[in-house]
Amino acid sequence: MLLVEKAGLEKTSVAVNMALSLDNVQLIDCDVEEPNAYLLLHPKLEKTESVYTEVPVVNRELCTNCGECSKFCQYHAIFTTADKILVFPELCHSCGGCALVCPTMAITWEKHRIGVLKSASAEDIELVYGELEIGKPMAVPIIKAVKKYLKQDLNIILDSPPGTSCPFVETVRGSDFCILVTEPTPFGLHDLKIAIQVLKTLGIPFGVVINRAGVGDTKVYDYCKEDGIRILMEIPYQRKIAELYSQGIPFSLEMPEWNEKFQVLYEEIRMLVKK
Amino acid sequence: MKQLTILSGKGGTGKTTIAASFAVLAKNAVVADCDVDAPDLHMLLHPEVIDTQEFRGSKVAVLDKTKCTQCGLCKERCKFGAINADLNVEAISCEGCNVCVVVCPVHAIILAERHSGSAYISKTNYGFMAHALLAPGESNSGKLVTLVRQNAKILAENKNCDLIIIDGSPGVGCPVMASITGVDAALVVAEPTLSGIHDLERVLKLLKHFNVVPFVCVNMYDVNTNNANRILSFCNENRVEVVGNIPFNSDVTKAMVNGKAVVEYSPESNVAEEIACMWKKISSLLNCAVE
Repeated sequence: MLLVEKAGLEKTSVAVNMALSLDNVQLIDCDVEEPNAYLLLHPKLEKTESVYTEVPVVNRELCTNCGECSKFCQYHAIFTTADKILVFPELCHSCGGCALVCPTMAITWEKHRIGVLKSASAEDIELVYGELEIGKPMAVPIIKAVKKYLKQDLNIILDSPPGTSCPFVETVRGSDFCILVTEPTPFGLHDLKIAIQVLKTLGIPFGVVINRAGVGDTKVYDYCKEDGIRILMEIPYQRKIAELYSQGIPFSLEMPEWNEKFQVLYEEIRMLVKK
Repeated sequence: MKQLTILSGKGGTGKTTIAASFAVLAKNAVVADCDVDAPDLHMLLHPEVIDTQEFRGSKVAVLDKTKCTQCGLCKERCKFGAINADLNVEAISCEGCNVCVVVCPVHAIILAERHSGSAYISKTNYGFMAHALLAPGESNSGKLVTLVRQNAKILAENKNCDLIIIDGSPGVGCPVMASITGVDAALVVAEPTLSGIHDLERVLKLLKHFNVVPFVCVNMYDVNTNNANRILSFCNENRVEVVGNIPFNSDVTKAMVNGKAVVEYSPESNVAEEIACMWKKISSLLNCAVE
């Protein structure tokens, strides 16, 4: 069973509090640009490994400087000059095309480190998260690496990166359900609508959790009502919740009445997915 | 002409609120919304679109079923899982690498340009604006950011503006990098939360990597003054200038609901005053005209 959730302020808080409220949970933090779940959970680190992409290396003895590789590459990651071939690992998507078109088979592959993957445990939660190295542009290969650790026999919760472009798509792909965390403001509504378009394209069912309920206006509610979108939960705007979050304390630890609410939410989603 | 990017590690820290306020306060600036995934600035500045450009940032494989012999070589060679079991191209996964085109023995696949979004040039009550919208689920947001910045630069040159204010996107990946290359300074909006401190450290590292002068402001500092102080001392130790401490004020959300920048909606509020004070500091540090 997979769950993903995204969009807006403090989505990590929803993922973490839900994880704490359930049994047999694996929490996967796919926000590899700014991973935060571990800050709230203080887990015991079990394993760290490097994440690599494959980038081309040119064997100068075989290379005839014909330029076919550069002509082929759609990402301008390999460049032929008068006397040498330059490779730009940051631009390479590891598609394998340059080696495919090279007439003298002069291209092989080497590993290029782009970040790390960590597995850890906190209470009975298994946590897996990645961290993109500063200065590396591509988050997707790390998200793919993190997702290889999914344990299908556990209740899996994925914390998604913000936005709706490739890192978000990579995260939600294959999920059974997506919880969209939003807030009742014009910004919240606008970002919610974009995320919903992506989920509809991918055919993933979803529902909405309204965070900071009570601020802003009613347009998110009106929109959900009109489009028949289920509002799964409201988390009111409370100074106490905001303060706990700022200290890095999941609010359900201090406000145990929320454990049951998250359990009910999870059951409701399970029923929706089964249908 | 100077360029200032406004950043934050996470979304929802108040970046756009500050960018919109600066756009109102600046007398001779172009504003560029480079959060192309989830642009929000237009909801506060209400741009009137003068010109629209189609953005074709990527290509996509298109398979001609009438020629296809079902050999499956394309599926086997695709590194992105973009060709499914029925040998159809799943456009959302395709990165337009061209490998399937080359391996297809019967030339049944071509690469086609795809509509990846739109870029706009607009006029607001406070000057010109460059912005864009990435088509949902599209990749290559970095390229679209670059296009928005080019548009902003052309506008600024034509209209003799002395500053470009860039609203960046969250994170530290490709669209963020595209929004800070070659700028004069970046303002990082940090929240006084544990996550906020962590995200700030990563963004500051990125700015250092690209040799961009960092400024920091703490938004809603009074939600946790201990953490706000931690940010201050961290910045002092690392010689990063802290240009403002913005208090929590519900007027910020009210301004947003009313589609206005907070300095416009409630100019007398403590938030608006702090933002105005911050703007004065930054504009004098950047040497541009104030009010």
